[in-house]
This record gives sequence, C-alpha cells and structure tokens, in this order.
Amino acid sequence: MSRVKTLQALFKRYRRPGDVVFAWVFLLISLALLSQIIDQTAYRAGGKLFAQPRFWPAVSLGGMSFFAALHLLSSLMSERIQGRWREAALWVASIEYALWFILYAFVVPYLGYLPATISFAILLILRAGYRSRAIIIGTLVSAICIVLLFKTFLQVKLPGGQLYEALPGELRQFMLTYF
Amino acid sequence: MENFIAGAEMLARWDVVLALLVGAIGGVIIGAIPGVGPAVAIAILLPATFSLDPIVGLTMLLGIYGSSMYGGAIPAILINTPGTAVNALTSYDGYPMTQEGQAHRALSLAYSASFWGGIFGIICLILLSPVLALIAPMFGSREIFLAALLGIILVVLAHRGQVFAAGMLAMFGIFLNTVGLDAVTYTQRYTFGMSFLSSGINLIVVVLGLFALSQAFFLLTNPDDSPNAKPVTGRLTAGFRELLRHKRVATVASGFGVIMGMIPGVGEFTAQFMSYTYAQKTSQAPDTFGKGAPEGLIASEAANNAVPAAAMIPLLALGIPGEALTAMMLSVFYVHNVIPGPQLFQNNIDLVYGLYLALILLNVIVIAFLMVSTNLLTRIIRVPTRFLGVMILILSFVGVYSLRNSLTDCMIAAGFGVLGLILKRLNLPIVPIILGMVLGNIMEVKLRSAMPRLKTPLDMIDRPISFILFVFILLVLALHLRTLAREFRAHQRDEDHDLHDTQLR
Repeated sequence: MSRVKTLQALFKRYRRPGDVVFAWVFLLISLALLSQIIDQTAYRAGGKLFAQPRFWPAVSLGGMSFFAALHLLSSLMSERIQGRWREAALWVASIEYALWFILYAFVVPYLGYLPATISFAILLILRAGYRSRAIIIGTLVSAICIVLLFKTFLQVKLPGGQLYEALPGELRQFMLTYF
Repeated sequence: MENFIAGAEMLARWDVVLALLVGAIGGVIIGAIPGVGPAVAIAILLPATFSLDPIVGLTMLLGIYGSSMYGGAIPAILINTPGTAVNALTSYDGYPMTQEGQAHRALSLAYSASFWGGIFGIICLILLSPVLALIAPMFGSREIFLAALLGIILVVLAHRGQVFAAGMLAMFGIFLNTVGLDAVTYTQRYTFGMSFLSSGINLIVVVLGLFALSQAFFLLTNPDDSPNAKPVTGRLTAGFRELLRHKRVATVASGFGVIMGMIPGVGEFTAQFMSYTYAQKTSQAPDTFGKGAPEGLIASEAANNAVPAAAMIPLLALGIPGEALTAMMLSVFYVHNVIPGPQLFQNNIDLVYGLYLALILLNVIVIAFLMVSTNLLTRIIRVPTRFLGVMILILSFVGVYSLRNSLTDCMIAAGFGVLGLILKRLNLPIVPIILGMVLGNIMEVKLRSAMPRLKTPLDMIDRPISFILFVFILLVLALHLRTLAREFRAHQRDEDHDLHDTQLR
C-alpha cells in the first residue's frame, strides 16, 4: 500500500519558488479585468441572462478571480520557499528571447526570409553561448533546410523581402518566389 | 464494410501515404528527443497543415500524436529522462532494467506493449463506431454543453494538488475566448478600443506561444545539456514473446487507456496510474515494481498508447477535445469546414474510417521503423538543448507568421511564450488554458442555441443523455470531495518532483 501512496504522490503537483509572486500578479490582473466588466461588455435589455454578451466574460473573470484568490491563499498559507525574486528575475530575463523573436518577425519583410533566418539563427546561437564550429555549421545548415522546406517546397505564405527588390531581373523574381 | 473500403480509398494517395510516413517517423524522433514533444511539433506544424487536404493534414498530426510515445520510451529507459510526459512511469521500471544491462529487453517490451495498446485502442474505436453513430445524434445543444462543462470540471480536478491553479487557468482560457466582437450581438468585449482585438485572440497563436515558444524560452534560459544515451546491444524482438506471458496486464492496461482516453480531461496519467496499480496488486512479485518489473513497464506503455485512439472518440463523435493535442486537431477540422460531431458520422463516415485505418498503419510503420533505427535514435537524442531552443524559435515563427503575416500575432505569441515559461517553471499546468478556450467556445455557442427551447432551468436535464451527464457532473464533484476528505485524514509528506514538467512539451 505504501507504494501506491508514493505513486499517488507522483501524480500530485507541488509548489515552486515564485509561486506567491505569480499568484499575486494573476489575482491583481483578474480583479483589474473584472472591474472593467461594465465598460468593456454590453448588456442587452430584455434579453435572457445566459445569452447576454456579458455573461461569459462575467463567469470567466469571476471564476478567475475566485480561483486566483484561493490559489494565493494557499500559497500564502504554505511554508515559504526561498528564491522567489531570483525566480522572478529569470522570468524577466526570458523577455530578452521574446524580443529576439519579435525582432526576427520584424525584419523578415525587409531582409527576406532566407537572409533573416540565417542571420537570426547564427546570432542567437552565439547569444546562447555556443562557439564551436560544428554547432555554427549545423545551425547554418538547419536554417537553410527550414527555409527550403517551408518556403521553397511547402510554399507557406511568407512575404518576400524588400531587399530582394534590389536584385537584377530574373534572380529577383526567383528569390521573391522561393526564398 | 463499404465504409472501410471508402476509408481505404481515401488513404490510397501518395500525399496521404507521405503524410503518414512523415508523421509516424517524425513523431518517433520528436518523442525521443527530451525537450520537444508532440505538443510543440503539432503546434508548429498546425498552420502548415491548413493548406493540405483534411485527411492529409489530420493523418500527419495523428501520426505525430500516436507515435511520439513510442519514441519517448527510448530516453525514459536508457537515460531515465522521459521523452514525453506520458513515459514518466516507463522510466520507473525501464531504467533499472538498463542498469542491469537489459536495455534491449526493456525497449522491446516497451515497443511491444505500445503496439498492443495502440492496436487495442483502435479495435475498441472501430467496435464502438456503430454505437457512436447511434448515440451521437442524441447529443443536441444542451447535451454537448453539459459534456463540455463536464470536460472543464474534469480538467480542473485532474490536476491533483493544483486544483486552484488549474481552475484559474481554465477560467483564463474561457475569458480569452470571449475577447473580441461577439458573433451574435455584434458588441465589443474586452477590446479596449484596439482594432486587433476585435477579431479575437487566435487559438493557434496562443497554442504556439504557450507550447512552442515557451519551450524555446525554457531551453534557452536553462543551462545547456546534451543527453548521452549508450547504444543498445541485443535482439529487440526479445520482448514480444515476453509480452505474451503478460497478456492480461497488457490488455487491462489498454482497457484503462481506452476508458480514460474517452473521458475528456483525464487522459494518459490517470490511465497509467490505474493500470500500474492494477499490475502491481495482481503481480506475483509486487516488490519488484520500481526495480525493473516487466509488468510495470508493460502497464505503463500499453495504457498510454491506447489513449490516442480513444481520445478521438469524443473528438469525432461530439466535437469535444479531451486534451491539448486533440484540441489542436479540432482546429484542422474547423479550417476545412468539417465539423466533428454527430453529423460527421452521417456525412463524412469515409473520413472517420480513413482515420481509423491510418491509425492502424501508423502503429505498423512505427514498430517496423523502431526495429531498425533504435540505435540511430540514441544518437539523435544527443542534440544540445539550447540549439534545440533556437530551432524551435525559428520554426515557431513559420507557424505564427504564416497564419496572416501579422507582427501583432508574433507579439501576442511571444507574450504567451513568456507566460508559458513562467507556468513551466512553476510546475503549473498549461493545458487548462487551451481547453478553456476551446471548451469555453463550445459552451457559449451551445448554451445560446439551447436557450430558445428552455422554459425553466430544469428543462436543461429533462432528456436522458443530458440527465446522465448532469448526474456524472454531480458524481465527479462528490468523488472529488470524498478524495479530499480522505487525503486530509491520511496526511502525507510532500515530496517535490519534475514529473509534470515534461507534460508541457
């Protein structure tokens, strides 16, 4: 029986450092959104309650606030786990990669998919700390393969780069269509 | 029988066969690499499948879904790191076998048990089809509403120890679905005057952010690692004969997989838990469990591989996805205007049978591929994790940007990526957000369309199926309260673990 208990324990989730920070932020966002319910949703006079456009936002935000409050309460009542601010700093640090991603999306229409992907992959791999030639060549090959697969063969809808406009006649058309 | 032939005809096309091969083999590789799982792969490939025929796109995604668990068993057994979440229990008995120099035995047992579970699940699905075709039309708006509500409740309650967090995240998902222009009254909801919010928050953008981008951020913010698995020596067919000695465990485990797979929100974890417990209780050597017991390995792998076929049951028959991967597949149906649900069995039965056959072929392809490529896979899983992060980021861009070439979508996805990273770091579940979005939409639409026929609230449950569903909801809540009371009485010492981290990949 003790084994079964251990197994049950395996299927439970446990708190990690930073839980209380997230709980506070989530509750505050829930309450802030809930406070806007009158402003941001409409109520049709004479209509049934369940068919009101306000009904589901009210239910979901009410539920969100209710559960977030309980989650916060359970977090506050539990033993403090050290390292919450170090953890929160890591969350903030991850925004750097989100910005890299947005920057990549921003430059594709200007540089073109192939040049943007190759430069982004190489820069990011260097940022990630790799310096070995094998990894850099591997990255270059992988980036080219991804472009070939999605843009050249699958013809996924991605814009042609403005940089390609500067290329001479047929090469320009070729690059715009396939890379 | 003619339905089967029509289904086979659907599959007899070079593009479908290619999709099946890519899905099956790609799924095994993706499953075998710790750090990417089927959720990341399906999220990235989803927009690319929109331009394909429904059967081609669905076959590929189904291939990844059904085969990833086969691949996930390899690192679980060889290096004690499950390739996908559902292989966690496999490492429990598989890794001790590797330590004793029986890696080939453990792998072949895992493969054969997976095959047993996979085929068992499909046979159940095929046998249940006539019943489904009979019952599904009895599901009107109110029944589907109640089934979706039951799904939401189960998703929340299935996250033991984190019910409050799962509740708030499921509610967050329902809220996300309400943002934008209300389709019936044409009024704005939580758009804050911003035009890009009027069309709502796209499910695919959220899925890509929460599953794919967050995993990239997670890998990039963690120290670099390169899993090192030793090549396997010995015959990989050894386990097939051994499995036949444990037919009972394999069949019961597959049965648990089918039942749990059918119930929305429950899935592989509960199925594995129940079958593992069953295997241990009925074993002649219960003490060997956790130390390399073949029955433990069989119970775990047979149960989780029976789930994909069973998870198709609520999806195809009612249009209700039970977990994140089927929720993603639902969007493929919608994009092609094939609405899963009661009508599917009447209008597109060939597609349904085509999918069944694809599932059978998938299992055969995967097992054949694994027989010849296991040692190659042990080399592939050595991909450094940060390199993997960069590749996921590049691939996610294709997924998000190809939807409608929108930079705003990329920003929203990046935002959800950061949220996903936080949830992963905190060991909180992501799946309730996705199911909240999908089931929230179903609940809103179905409740509205049920309204004109309801005079009193009691009319909601005055039909047999809706009454049964209502009783189920009450039963589930009552059982949860009973479990809480029991746990309170038998207080256990808390021990943290990483088991669920992989669930998010």
